Amino acid sequence: MSLPRQPMRMREKLVLRVTSKLLIPLILLFGLYVQFHGDFGPGGGFQAGVIFAAGFILYGLIFGLNELQQVVPHRVVEVGSALGVLIYGGVGVVTILLGANYLDYSVLAHDAVHGRHYGILAIEAGVGLTVFSTMMLIFYAFADRGRAKEGAS
Amino acid sequence: MPPIPVELPLFILHLITAVLIARIRGLFSAAMLTGIFSLLSCCLFTLMDAVDVAFTEAAVGAGISTVLMLGTLALTDREERQQPVRILPFVVVGVTGAALVYGTFDMPPFGAADAPIHQHPLVATYVHGAHDDFHIPNIVTVVLGSYRGYDTLGETAVIFTAGVGVLLLLSGRRRRDGESDPGGQTPPPDETEVLGETSGGDE
Repeated sequence: MSLPRQPMRMREKLVLRVTSKLLIPLILLFGLYVQFHGDFGPGGGFQAGVIFAAGFILYGLIFGLNELQQVVPHRVVEVGSALGVLIYGGVGVVTILLGANYLDYSVLAHDAVHGRHYGILAIEAGVGLTVFSTMMLIFYAFADRGRAKEGAS
Repeated sequence: MPPIPVELPLFILHLITAVLIARIRGLFSAAMLTGIFSLLSCCLFTLMDAVDVAFTEAAVGAGISTVLMLGTLALTDREERQQPVRILPFVVVGVTGAALVYGTFDMPPFGAADAPIHQHPLVATYVHGAHDDFHIPNIVTVVLGSYRGYDTLGETAVIFTAGVGVLLLLSGRRRRDGESDPGGQTPPPDETEVLGETSGGDE
């Protein structure tokens, strides 16, 4: 299987542009749904983070890395990757400060059941943030290398 | 048994895809075939009611891995170099596969109610706990988020560490001049198109 020697840039392909513009909002919406509906349906922070990242990576594939990095700068994903773990661990520290064991969420609210809900929601947010940022980070690392190489040649 | 006829074609397709990936020389086709392999696995997981796993497989295996494969492809050649046929890897893979299949003979049949994993006393704790203490229908979320919260914290840290590792290995930021290319073998410009389009940093 061989590709044409001089392919069009992806952003010049009308079908790709239009369908991706239609799809990306739905992908992001679905990512949010998976994130916040993880208690009731399948999914959770990990899947949501990956789906969210996939939406942004699709944008980057079609419209170029520069456009993507204006939306999600490199610095943001670097910080976000660490921030997610910090949120997760921080929830544990908060539960200690409230007088319970590490990651025992029942003290986070007046009602133990509600506290557990909040706890799971918070740590899922942390997981989602870390996974999303790390996926973007890895994509940036690969894509930046390609760009460096292209510039060098 | 109703599930067998549904899954058998999927397994055969798996096998065909795997053989194709191993045989094919064009790396672009091989990268796309790995995505197809992941999608087939995703179908299999869905059939086995492991929807969470199927989700992850579809997003990571079929989506992002394929993108990263294509990104790597832009940095290397488009065709696999002809390798001499070697017997030893075949033997190792064959023996390992046979050992794994032999190991499954000891396992209870798929979906058996008396499988050890359903008999463990902890199962009742989790299943009833998810209902009584959490009021959350998805037991997977409860187990991952709360009962096994430490494990999930560790997994999150692993993902973070993986990201940092990739950043350290691949980030070109330490070479600010960009004069000395570490690989030393820059391909002609018209062979970088997969990521050339991807990055498109030209204006």
